Amino acid sequence: MSYFSSHFATLGHEFWGLLVGGIANGFIYAMVAIGYTMVYGVLRLINFAHSEVFMTGAFASFFLLKFLVGNSTPNAFESVVYLIAAVLIGGIVGALVALLLERVAYRPLRRRSAPKLAYLISAIGASYFLYNFVGKEFGRINLSIDAPYTNNTVFTIFGAPVQTYYIVIFFVGVTMLVTLDRLVATSKLGHGIRAVAQDAETASLMGVNIDRTIALTFMLGGFLGGVAGFLYSIPVGAVYGMGFTPALKAFSAAVLGGIGNLRGAVLGGLILGVVESLSVAFVSGAYIDVVAFGVLVLVLLVRPTGILGERLGRSA
Amino acid sequence: MLIVKDAVVRYGAIEALHGITFEVKQGEVVTLLGANGAGKSTTLRMLSGLHAPSSGTITFEGNDVTKVKAHMFSSMGISHVPEGRRIFPQMTVQENLEMGAFGRKDNYDEDMERMFTLFPILKERRKQLGGNLSGGEQQMLAISRAMMSHPRLLLLDEPSMGLAPMIIDQIFRIIGEIRDAGTTVLVVEQNAAQALRLADRGYVMENGVIAFSDDAAKLLHDPRVRAVYLGESVD
Amino acid sequence: MKNFFGNPRLQRYGRTLLILLLIIVMTGPEGNGSQPTSGFTGSFGNHMSFFGFFYPQRWVVFVLLAGIIYGVISSVKLTVHWWRNRAIFRGDTYQRISRTVVATKRRSRLKSTRLGFYALGLAFALYFPHLVTDQSWQTLVVQDVLVYLLLALGLNVVTGFAGLLDLGYVAFYAIGAYTTAWVTGSLPTPPPFGVHWNTFVAIPVAIVFAMLCGVLLGIPTLRLRGDYLAIVTLGFGEIVYLFINNSYGITGGSTGTNQIPFLSFHLGPIKYLWGLIPEPYYYLTLAFVVIFLIVFSSLEHSRVGRSWVAIREDEVAAESLGIHPLKYKVMAFAIGAASAGFAGVVTASQTLFVTPPTFTISFSINILVLVIFGGMGSIFGVVLGGLVVQGFVAYLTHSPPSVYNAADLYMYLGALLVVMMIYRPAGLFPSRRRLRELHLIEGGVAPDTLQVEIGAHRVQEDV
Ligand SMILES: Nc1ncnc2c1ncn2[C@@H]1O[C@H](COP(=O)(O)OP(=O)(O)OP(=O)(O)O)[C@@H](O)[C@H]1O
Ligand SMILES: [Mg+2]
Repeated sequence: MSYFSSHFATLGHEFWGLLVGGIANGFIYAMVAIGYTMVYGVLRLINFAHSEVFMTGAFASFFLLKFLVGNSTPNAFESVVYLIAAVLIGGIVGALVALLLERVAYRPLRRRSAPKLAYLISAIGASYFLYNFVGKEFGRINLSIDAPYTNNTVFTIFGAPVQTYYIVIFFVGVTMLVTLDRLVATSKLGHGIRAVAQDAETASLMGVNIDRTIALTFMLGGFLGGVAGFLYSIPVGAVYGMGFTPALKAFSAAVLGGIGNLRGAVLGGLILGVVESLSVAFVSGAYIDVVAFGVLVLVLLVRPTGILGERLGRSA
Repeated sequence: MLIVKDAVVRYGAIEALHGITFEVKQGEVVTLLGANGAGKSTTLRMLSGLHAPSSGTITFEGNDVTKVKAHMFSSMGISHVPEGRRIFPQMTVQENLEMGAFGRKDNYDEDMERMFTLFPILKERRKQLGGNLSGGEQQMLAISRAMMSHPRLLLLDEPSMGLAPMIIDQIFRIIGEIRDAGTTVLVVEQNAAQALRLADRGYVMENGVIAFSDDAAKLLHDPRVRAVYLGESVD
Repeated sequence: MKNFFGNPRLQRYGRTLLILLLIIVMTGPEGNGSQPTSGFTGSFGNHMSFFGFFYPQRWVVFVLLAGIIYGVISSVKLTVHWWRNRAIFRGDTYQRISRTVVATKRRSRLKSTRLGFYALGLAFALYFPHLVTDQSWQTLVVQDVLVYLLLALGLNVVTGFAGLLDLGYVAFYAIGAYTTAWVTGSLPTPPPFGVHWNTFVAIPVAIVFAMLCGVLLGIPTLRLRGDYLAIVTLGFGEIVYLFINNSYGITGGSTGTNQIPFLSFHLGPIKYLWGLIPEPYYYLTLAFVVIFLIVFSSLEHSRVGRSWVAIREDEVAAESLGIHPLKYKVMAFAIGAASAGFAGVVTASQTLFVTPPTFTISFSINILVLVIFGGMGSIFGVVLGGLVVQGFVAYLTHSPPSVYNAADLYMYLGALLVVMMIYRPAGLFPSRRRLRELHLIEGGVAPDTLQVEIGAHRVQEDV
């Protein structure tokens, strides 16, 4: 009894701080989860190599910021510009890596309608290749990011400090997620993606180019994943194996929200981020990664279709 | 308008069409009859690029379209209403119709209205999900969706499948209207009597080849057709 | 312009060139984060400058080399294509039937060929320590080849026979190794009943433990779709790793233990100790491999084995035939787990230490590569594939050539997986059954029509 009451006391003290941190992480998970969910929508497959999209995005931003910021201290204007540049390059490289993956590891299998097991294995192979390749080319040590801003406390919520980093995440995350949601709901590409998700063959009869739509789906997911990789790496740095754990968690988030469901991925990401953050009060640091996995197993056992249900290709 | 020559289609090691030759002329309704598994659907799928023929040629309006990919056909003027209707289940009626106009860059509101006057029930259901429509409504939606791209040739795969006689009559009446409005129609049917009454000409397929063909009126009285496809109950 | 680049030959040539360049970079020097291009430029000459990239003479060599490789590959492909299809090209029904008869005859001949192979292989394996007397080599062969073969044969039951992707396979290996350490009293946790048991006692305990974990994990998760199973097992592997790495009081944490005794044998007057010399371990492990081979071969052709095939090909149809999918999947999973647990005992008792870094998820991938490379579901393929890949890895470990860095092993293995899935999904030495499945599915035949089509088109067998 006293065990729990003391832990709840900790939770009480730090609740708001943990909540803020959890939501921030949640946005990152959500952005990665979107990539899983979109690819699942069009191919009914888990893109095992999505973790490497995340990682390469972080590396791209690292190199750009190293070049832009270096040892200088940017002023407010430069901060914003550099940040936007880093976000864009992370996203673009993430999108390109995702495209490459689709081309090399998926498309040849799609051409001969290979069994599902083959896709999984191919993606796992691509993932191992990519992250070890990056390790070889850019070293296997953690590279710390030259953040283009100083991480001050901007304001406080119930005594919990909210730093610049969190503001950046909220801002970038909300922008990306809302844009994507609108894009899928209203644009021609979005309609194509939804049609392919529901019935690819019929979509092609309507004039949707399946190959192109699938490639663009990978790129959209890859863009968000790459940006998420950058945001994630700002405080902890970039390293070749960084993708594995966050990607596993993001996948759990996608399943939690209902795989194939865009808004579900966002909801799942936020819930998972907050739950994980709050559980710090109960679980020792080394095992914190287990929480997300526990959530995944629980969801799969209790409600495998997730909170919002699997809704392939539905806009809202 | 459409000329198919010696087309062979294989699924892996299995050859489904062993070289078929036929023709559809501008303004006709042509029907393709045959038993289950004869290769009728495969023929239509070949015509809309879903399965490239491994040999033979397809010419549409003078252009060789043998190797053209599926997504190019709707903008070239061929629309395919697939077997089993294949409505997008998680899209509304209206969204399904919009998908039909996917390749179009111009305004298609007028066409949508035209479809709604052709099938008033669809207008009532326009906000409803495609997956929740009845079979008849889905078939109407599938035809309207295909018409949204302004096809010059419409391919219909068993439009009467699983529908009540009254709905079937309505569907066939509308196919007639579509022809009268200037669209050529190639229709695959199990319901041979009704198809032959509407059609100008018919082809009969057996085991992946075209067994014989004739004017529809003659086929309707052809003993081979009567025996196999019409039973003897037809008046 | 579009036509020029759309030329398939040019595209294929370009692909060959790209692959060649990739290989050059892969085998080139290591780069580092402070000079992001150093790895690439270093690969194209000994210049560490960006402009070394454009070193002209080298470009010419690569471009020519790519042309030659492309030429060789296309002509080989053409020949093979012609050779395989020569009958189909003039094929009629009569010939198909006669070919079926030939195929059946050939199959029985093939079976005896395989037996011959096994006999020769065994003879060679028995003689091997006299051929290669270098003890470091012998140790490598035990640790990096034979133990991996045990593991691959076990994973083949799960992935090859039952078609389940188990990425947490390493966890059972860890459970076996740590159980050994526990039973022999080498962990911070006291051994069972406070007795430091003989290492042989660890064998049944580890098998039971691993199997139990397999069943406990399997029952809830094997109901899931295949891709979910892969992720859940991945997470399981990760958790087991976290546990052994962090529970200092129980497993020794990140330092593990190095107190495990050698295998030894005391029965009245008979005493034997497997010591530091690798040779006795070699023969013991070889014996285990042979036992695995015999057991799994008979399993493959048993009722259970056929049920796995049925479930793998079409779960719904199998269920309608009265085969309970979950039961058989759990069985495959548990058998795989038990094999890995057993291999864990062998490793622990031979290396005398267990530490967490051995048991990362990557290890599962390594074993998966062996199964895929040889041919999922084919015991013969897995053995050959395991020997080829691990033999090569052992060679690289023993005397690494200058272009090879041990840290890059998984880069190569990952690439190998992708290449296999693109070009030879059924493996280099495939099981006939798998080959048929893969080819027919790829030909556009849905699995539920498979049985019928196999009956009608035996000609497939000759591929
Ligand atoms: N995806 C496929 N893979 C393998 N064989 C196929 C496939 N689709 C169709 N076939 C085979 O091709 C042949 C022709 O099939 P098709 O669907 O064209 O027949 P159909 O005339 O449309 O029959 P139905 O009246 O039942 O619709 C059949 O023998 C069928 O088994
Ligand atoms: Mg049909």
